[in-house]
Amino acid sequence: MSKTVPVTLNVNGVEHHLEVEPRLLLVHALRDNLGLTGTHVGCDTSNCGACTIHMDGRAVKSCTVLAVQADGVALTTIEGLASENELHPLQEAFWNDHGLQCGYCTPGMIMAAAGLLAENPNPTEDEVRHGLEGNLCRCTGYHNIVKAVLDAAKAKGAAVGAPASGQPGVTA
Amino acid sequence: MSIGDAGSEITRRAAEASNGAPAPSNHVGRAMRRKEDPRLITGKASYVDDINLTGQLWAAWVRSPEAHAKIVSIDTSAAKAIQGVRAVYTHEDLDMEAGLPMAWAPPGVDVNTPDHWVLAKDAVKHVGDPVALVVGDDRYGVVDAAEAVMVEYDPLPVVTDPEKALEDGSPLVHEQFGTNKVCDWSLGGGDLEAGFAEADVIIERRVVNHRIAGGAIEPRGVLAEYRGDRLTVWSSTQVPHFLRLFLSILLGVTEERVRVIAPEVGGGFGSKLNIYAEEIGCAWASRKLGRPVKWIETRSEGLMVTHHGRDQIDYVKVGAKRDGTLTAWHSKIIADIGAYQLLLTPLIPPLSGFVMCGVYKTPAVVTDVTSVHTNKFPTDAIRGAGRPEATHMIEVVMDQLAHELGMDPLELRRKNFIPPFSAGHETPIGVVYDSGNYEAALAKLLEHIDPAQVRQEAEQLREQGIYRGIGFSTYTEICGNAPSRAVGPGGFGLQGGGWESATVRVHATGSVTLYTGTSPHGQGHETGFAQIVADRLGIDPSQVEVIHGDTHTGPFGLDTYGSRSLAVGGEAAALAAGKVAAKAKAIVAHQLEAAAEDIELRDGKFSVRGSPDKGLTLAEVAGAAYVTMDMPEGMEPGLDEQSFYDPENFVFPFGAHACVVDVDPETGKVKVVRWVAVDDCGPAINPMLIDGQVHGGIVHGIGQALYERVHYDDAGQLVTGTFVDYALATAAELPSFETDRTETPSPVNSLAVKGVGEAGTIAATPAVTNAVIDALRPLGVEFINMPLTPMRVWEAIQEAKGGVPA
Repeated sequence: MSKTVPVTLNVNGVEHHLEVEPRLLLVHALRDNLGLTGTHVGCDTSNCGACTIHMDGRAVKSCTVLAVQADGVALTTIEGLASENELHPLQEAFWNDHGLQCGYCTPGMIMAAAGLLAENPNPTEDEVRHGLEGNLCRCTGYHNIVKAVLDAAKAKGAAVGAPASGQPGVTA
Repeated sequence: MSIGDAGSEITRRAAEASNGAPAPSNHVGRAMRRKEDPRLITGKASYVDDINLTGQLWAAWVRSPEAHAKIVSIDTSAAKAIQGVRAVYTHEDLDMEAGLPMAWAPPGVDVNTPDHWVLAKDAVKHVGDPVALVVGDDRYGVVDAAEAVMVEYDPLPVVTDPEKALEDGSPLVHEQFGTNKVCDWSLGGGDLEAGFAEADVIIERRVVNHRIAGGAIEPRGVLAEYRGDRLTVWSSTQVPHFLRLFLSILLGVTEERVRVIAPEVGGGFGSKLNIYAEEIGCAWASRKLGRPVKWIETRSEGLMVTHHGRDQIDYVKVGAKRDGTLTAWHSKIIADIGAYQLLLTPLIPPLSGFVMCGVYKTPAVVTDVTSVHTNKFPTDAIRGAGRPEATHMIEVVMDQLAHELGMDPLELRRKNFIPPFSAGHETPIGVVYDSGNYEAALAKLLEHIDPAQVRQEAEQLREQGIYRGIGFSTYTEICGNAPSRAVGPGGFGLQGGGWESATVRVHATGSVTLYTGTSPHGQGHETGFAQIVADRLGIDPSQVEVIHGDTHTGPFGLDTYGSRSLAVGGEAAALAAGKVAAKAKAIVAHQLEAAAEDIELRDGKFSVRGSPDKGLTLAEVAGAAYVTMDMPEGMEPGLDEQSFYDPENFVFPFGAHACVVDVDPETGKVKVVRWVAVDDCGPAINPMLIDGQVHGGIVHGIGQALYERVHYDDAGQLVTGTFVDYALATAAELPSFETDRTETPSPVNSLAVKGVGEAGTIAATPAVTNAVIDALRPLGVEFINMPLTPMRVWEAIQEAKGGVPA
């Protein structure tokens, strides 16, 4: 093992102080050092997107970032996407629409979709398909993933327009 | 609904059930969202790499960069000197008497099967052949150490072309056999010679079905812990029960002391249906070192040393009368199976033979398979395993024949369809299809898509320089492995039967655990099987927990592959639940002083027929069976039943698919613009799950047809070793799919179901290929082999124009 350097990772609102090898990939820091195993690794070449997380609100493949490069950046993983015991509209839509089978690509796919909807809240089907082309799924043929993202976008729109009484705009 | 709500919902329903409130029934047939999903969408599932043990070491493999070479020397000293390295092993360290297993010994057929050691002995036979195993403290450190192992190779001649491998003077992959031929195998029936003599038209085609990968997004991984005298192995596998058996045999640890757990498994598609060197090696090393050993495959390793599929050259000869009546069909398959034989390697190409009749009443059909060794990684089952290859050659050649006869491709199919049957149809090769109605599936397809309209669109688009084509595929396949008498030693030669097990355990408060011997990895058994059991016991599926993939929890099972889980494992679950229901009825009859045959299950209660108000819920029956013992005299306590189900026959799903493509002749690029699928897998258990299987299956087929190819160059180097080069389709390349079903019951099982996990893949490649040829016919292209990459399509167009491309 080569010499280590200090790094501070701010993940899902919690600060972690680590000593890591400079070559440690962010995805391994999250998984192996912090135990946040919802973020997955599916390739060595940044093609599959199973490792997608958010850095300062933007979807990023965490296998392509060194842990040291994430020092001080606000990171969000699948574990931090929704508040405790609640589901994010995308999680709800993936569940309702059968947008997953083996589930391995799913956290990355949801994080990528969340990044997409943050930039484009009302995408067309074609925009969703192109917006997710950095994430591979072998099970679903993408049909229900695309449907789920479109449904979540609609539900989110409803949520924005929901009355202040706190009635959720997302239904099961 | 939040997760917390989901939990309380389950609790509420359980409370209702135990309070005697009726639970809803008839869950089978409903599109129920999955019980699996809450853990998967929140990142809380545990795949192998999510599990870590105290004292765990990491493994890395030193792999051959040569496709064929003698190992001159291996120097491990530098690697061993690296801090944190605990051991470096080579073949001579292995104290195992046998290598990796191959399970096929067909009666009357000699199969040349080489030894296949966990670490290569004396020579390497393919790129990636493991020569040393490094174990150390750190995930990254063992990779450094593997690079420090110095291996000297003496390269040997390489063969990668299966037809050249059969020629005299070819380099030999295994010299001891004196040939690269593995075996010849045939299946046929009818008078082929007479059939061809009777034919007005005979056509022949050379159909290439290239090598592909499984491509599960979770790479393989193993965590092995030998502690005390017990071995526990977590593996990303489809076959935990097989793995336990072979770990026991190869390591000499008796079976009751070996536990294999397939935790969350991130897809398989056949590629995790094997006994791999890494699984045996990590378990062996854990025993050697007294520490847990973990290995997680990289994608580059996965594309190199997780088995491939297909890779065959098919010479197809077909005879027909002028009116389209098929008279004879002969398929000669040359199968490139690679350098070694994994669990099922040489038996996959013969599986094509079982469905070579397709959905047609051809009177004479013969399949001859010659399997060949080359310097590549072994092939084995990948989604469809033999049936996609058969269906591809049948359906592509049917379109070629239609063109030759000047007939509409669908008219030719209809002319030859086996008429509808509900209780068995014996094909000339002796395989008995269970049920089918091919005309109905095609008719339903044509309710959704009008070929004439597509052809009209095509004419208009051609004016804009876009070439649109439509292609069809009408298929049947064989699944539901399997009747033991058909596949076992006395039949097809598999060294084992094809049954499946299930245990239904009712708990004292009325909830249920189902243990299934199948091992799902994304298909949704936890939901579908729960629906089946719930209906038979009058409870809600939320009260049925489905346990799978752990050899220490349930009975022996035969795992998941070949679209067998529902038709065999689901039926076993139904039968075990039926036994529980029968015992429950006896208990209720005793309490209500009625005859057991007068007890029915209605609205969540076991009650006397005609008196639905007076009855007992499952929870009340369980209370009697475990606690109050208010049961018939002499009846054993408990409400816990097991079933081992060995089917009478396979099941034969079928369907009709249509694909519409647009081809840009300037670039050769093909875009799938529309897909309509009608599949028949009997009555649906959960139609949402069926659609999901069909979608994914179609894309696996589109992927093979257009984008994916495991390609070795002439030196045996793997050219497509990462996801940069091995191109899985992304969402951007694909349309949404239009799916529909017909429901023809299978007479084989009480659920009347057939498998659907591979159907889409089986149907898809010929539909794409036929569509592309249809699109390009105006340019003079008559035939083209997959993969239909832009380069290949563009070249075909140039050749058709009369000029060989520069």
